[in-house]
Amino acid sequence: MLKHFSDEEILAVVEENGACKENLLAILLKLQDLSPQNYIDERTANLVADRVGLSHVQMYDILTFYAMLETKPRGKYVIEVCNSAPCYASKSDRVVAVLEKELGIKVGETTPDGLFSVQYMPCNGYCDIGPVIRVQGRTHGNLTEEKIKEIIQNLRNA
Amino acid sequence: MHIDPNKMVTIKIDGIPVTVPSGTTILEAAAKIGIKIPTLCHHPDMTVRAFCRVCVVEDSWSRRLKTACNNYVDECGEVFTNTPKVRMARKTILEMILANHPQDCLSCPKSGKCELQTLAQEYNLKENSFDSVFTRVPKQEDNPALVRDMSKCIKCGRCVDACQAIQGTNAIGYQNRSTHFSIGTAFDHPLNSTACVLCGQCVAACPVGALSEKDDTERVWDALQNPDLHVVVQVAPAVRVAIGDDFGLPKGSVATGSMVAAMRRLGFDKVFDTNFAADLTIMEEGTELLNRLQNGGKLPMITSCSPGWVNYVEKVYPDMMDNLSSCKSPQQMFGAIAKTYYAEKMGIPKEKMFVVSIMPCIAKKYECQRPEMNDSGAQDVDVVLTTRELAKMIRSRGLDLTSLPEEEFDNPLGLASGAGAIFGTSGGVMEAALRSVYAIVTGKEAGDLDFVGVRGHEAIKEASLDLNGTTVKVAVTSGLKNAKILLDKIRAGECDYQFIEVMCCPGGCVGGGGQPFRTTAAIKAQRMDGLYRIDKKSTYRQSHKNPEIQTLYKEFLGEPNGHKAHELLHTHYTKREIQ
Amino acid sequence: MSKSLSLLSKRAGKINPQSVEDYVSMGGFSALKKALTMEKMEIINEMLDANLLGRGGAAYPAGKKWKQLYNIEGEPKYIVCNADEGEPGTFKDKLLLKDDPMSIIEGMIIAGYVFNSQDGYIYIRGEYRIIQEKFKESLEACEKAGYLGDNICNSGYSFRIHVVSGAGAYVCGENSGLLNSIESKTGRPRVKPPHLAEVGLFSKPTLVNNVESFADVPLIVEMGGKAFAELGSEGDGGSKLVSICGNSVNRKVVEVGLGHVTLRDLIYDEEFGGGIADGKELKFYHLGGQSGPIGFPEQLDTPYTAKALKKEGLSVGSGALVVLDEDMCIIDYLLKVCEFFIHESCGKCTPCREGNRHVHNILTKFAKGTATEEDFERLERLSATMALASSCGLGQAACTALDSCLKHRRAEFEAHMRGECPVCFPKDKEGK
Repeated sequence: MLKHFSDEEILAVVEENGACKENLLAILLKLQDLSPQNYIDERTANLVADRVGLSHVQMYDILTFYAMLETKPRGKYVIEVCNSAPCYASKSDRVVAVLEKELGIKVGETTPDGLFSVQYMPCNGYCDIGPVIRVQGRTHGNLTEEKIKEIIQNLRNA
Repeated sequence: MHIDPNKMVTIKIDGIPVTVPSGTTILEAAAKIGIKIPTLCHHPDMTVRAFCRVCVVEDSWSRRLKTACNNYVDECGEVFTNTPKVRMARKTILEMILANHPQDCLSCPKSGKCELQTLAQEYNLKENSFDSVFTRVPKQEDNPALVRDMSKCIKCGRCVDACQAIQGTNAIGYQNRSTHFSIGTAFDHPLNSTACVLCGQCVAACPVGALSEKDDTERVWDALQNPDLHVVVQVAPAVRVAIGDDFGLPKGSVATGSMVAAMRRLGFDKVFDTNFAADLTIMEEGTELLNRLQNGGKLPMITSCSPGWVNYVEKVYPDMMDNLSSCKSPQQMFGAIAKTYYAEKMGIPKEKMFVVSIMPCIAKKYECQRPEMNDSGAQDVDVVLTTRELAKMIRSRGLDLTSLPEEEFDNPLGLASGAGAIFGTSGGVMEAALRSVYAIVTGKEAGDLDFVGVRGHEAIKEASLDLNGTTVKVAVTSGLKNAKILLDKIRAGECDYQFIEVMCCPGGCVGGGGQPFRTTAAIKAQRMDGLYRIDKKSTYRQSHKNPEIQTLYKEFLGEPNGHKAHELLHTHYTKREIQ
Repeated sequence: MSKSLSLLSKRAGKINPQSVEDYVSMGGFSALKKALTMEKMEIINEMLDANLLGRGGAAYPAGKKWKQLYNIEGEPKYIVCNADEGEPGTFKDKLLLKDDPMSIIEGMIIAGYVFNSQDGYIYIRGEYRIIQEKFKESLEACEKAGYLGDNICNSGYSFRIHVVSGAGAYVCGENSGLLNSIESKTGRPRVKPPHLAEVGLFSKPTLVNNVESFADVPLIVEMGGKAFAELGSEGDGGSKLVSICGNSVNRKVVEVGLGHVTLRDLIYDEEFGGGIADGKELKFYHLGGQSGPIGFPEQLDTPYTAKALKKEGLSVGSGALVVLDEDMCIIDYLLKVCEFFIHESCGKCTPCREGNRHVHNILTKFAKGTATEEDFERLERLSATMALASSCGLGQAACTALDSCLKHRRAEFEAHMRGECPVCFPKDKEGK
């Protein structure tokens, strides 16, 4: 939640990203990035809706429709595993197994310390280096068990 | 594709040629030659969504099937509406819907009137070839008026269209995607804490049992069977021209007499008329308007009969609450008078009085429970039933409206003028008010009592009236989307009306959320005609001429807007926070 | 002799994608300058001659689309580039967006010029957010150099391109869903008619083309439609970017002349897929993303072009080629495909919303060995209903892969009914 952001600060982010309808998704993704728990809370949603001229219920539709947007708190780091067919052919299920073992959670869950969430994502176009995961907008490919552990360790140390 | 409504297009449907204007849908063209293509998400007054896909047909120009609801005759070859391919697709679609639907028709409020149930019968769907994917979600009964059982939702989108495109309330909308695609409020808030005004247009739109009014018929049965209670009923003007729908009468039939007979046989001790209270409303509201005009009160004054409309102002335009007339709605005036004047007159203790309202409305169920509506010392109206609920009670009693004799309302709260009758249609309150205000101010009788300028179906109707040299400008609108346009203009200081009539539901109460299902604009028009026929035939056509009203003031209330009237017949409004 | 071409991909990796100078040094913007001297109809005629089939996946003839829009009255007209590349296994648009964005920009400006548009929009999927930022830099560079913005190349013509982000919805790759998304509506596809050419973005006439299609425009203007057509084959002109991935040795984007290579070439040729990794056998391959058909080894000699592929029930689609080896069970794979559609269906129309999960349920029965004969009938009926009655391309194509497999590998389904599959039900060493 953007609780340490005032309404004015949230609206400032909206302005910086071009406060108009066509930039709505970019604005929301930006605000979600600023949220330590990687989601859009209701206050933020309604502020943006009022600013760009959408009803609250339409805003909620948008937030729940697009897979990259989330209305419930997630971990500080959201690890997304591609589970589309090409990565599956490249053994993405092993990536999931390693992540679940390393973090002690299942896909769709968040670690008790609130640091990590693991979820599936559809193909993000990095099939040339599958299997891939994406964390904080960065895609990591050609994953091995060691590489995954290293990524997690780096995030823990960050 | 160029649509030119002046151009005629001829196509063949199932081998039968049909000529229709360019821009006609396949669905409409087929109806013209007597072929009813099945639909679920389609509604003639709504935007085309083509969600359900049940109306698919074959078109010789297309590899795929086409939905008849949105494809125009301009862009198709020969159409076939009942081929094996079409039947296979429709059946499969219906099976898919049913595989995600609770199979509990027996206990469903919509049973017998459910459009899905009808199609399932017509398409011989017995055992589903697909495994059930149904999961129950809790029924939502978070308000006094409207129940949402979303387990039954088939995602046709008609309710969303009613709430967003027609009313513009935006309380409910779509959310999520794929199998999670559903209809609900923003962040799943309870309905009453959103902008929802409980107009029930969503309920009227729902083809299945997902949305319904809170059923209060058992409470009424209990009261009727309680020998200690004196149970009186009032019935709103728009009910008598609609209830016949549920008994196979022609649309717009005036069923007043048989409806009164039915209610008497249900066991009501007295059968009264809300039209009487409408006349009373005109006395109070007309006087209030004159006071505001003469004493520099807040203008424009806006009517307050429609509880959905009042909710809307309190929730969305609280800064304009002062524009609302302080008059209670006719139903609430009736309740307050019934439990005071009438009870005293009859010598019945207040606590033994039980007042039932039959309303074309769902929001009235909320209105009667408002804390301000206890001026008689108890809840002024105990239970509100919709037109549909009354029809159900009549059937449950084993009565058929079509074979009952015509009976009269009881007195003293059963005599009404024609002005009271037209309260049930958009424009009616205004016309009724103008008839009396004109006579009272000018001391003259209007040559023609039909103020036709405020009748009809246009979104916003305007008229002006010369009152002893002062021109009074009035406007009439219905449907909250139209009302919003007017309110924004008033807020911006862009209009100079003195008096505005607003009804929450498009067309007014004839199209209320509690009216028989499958109401369309065409049916509303027939109901309006029915009300104007009642008015035309009435002995009294001006509220102030109603002798029972005159007696009421003489014996009990004193002057319109006087002390007692204020106590019992007027109310105030409260800003309500929404999410 | 090399079978690959280097036209669309000639600059990729060789220039700084955000440098106009680099772009111009390798032939960039010469087509734009040429186009600005041409009659608009002349350009459309070149597009018609080029036989360019839209590169997004639906393969609608681009020239025809342009001509139709040209004949539609109404202003303004909008130019929209669909960069919502979301078909799994497809990453060819990413190559252009990332490594040669100005070729797309140039194509969009030429289109804008033809339709006298003032504004173009490029809708780039949310997953390519880093690319979006770089693309904006490229736009700024073009504007600074006078190739975009006011008075382009002193021609008097002005045009602007706006970058719009997606946020993770495959269905926004459907053009009407995409336009809704730009308009800040939820990205569910629209009811058609009205058609987008007439009632498109902000209800105005609109041209929507794919990234690669726009990048082809400068090539067509430069070399002429006929020459472009000859790069390909009958009715399917030009070169094509193909993204090869899965269990192939090489996973990359290649460029080929349509009809000048076979599927075998694409999978096995050293300069393309390079064969199957780890010495495994090819089992099947999936063309054009999840909504495309599946091909089998016996179809490998089919030339990679629309007409020949169609004869085999195959298609180019988005240009993806996902190679699957012997370790992949067909049923298991189809379940993955189905899961994708369950995730991505917009949910508004019944056949797609409900159909995919029933397909998934029945496939699961096959996977578990509990399916019966009737399940074939159910699958076929579901697939037919979804294809015939769904509202948009997503639902209509969701069972394309299933149909290929039911047609060519019914035996593998039947084997599963008996609990036989070398992948799903491996026998132990004694053969039990």
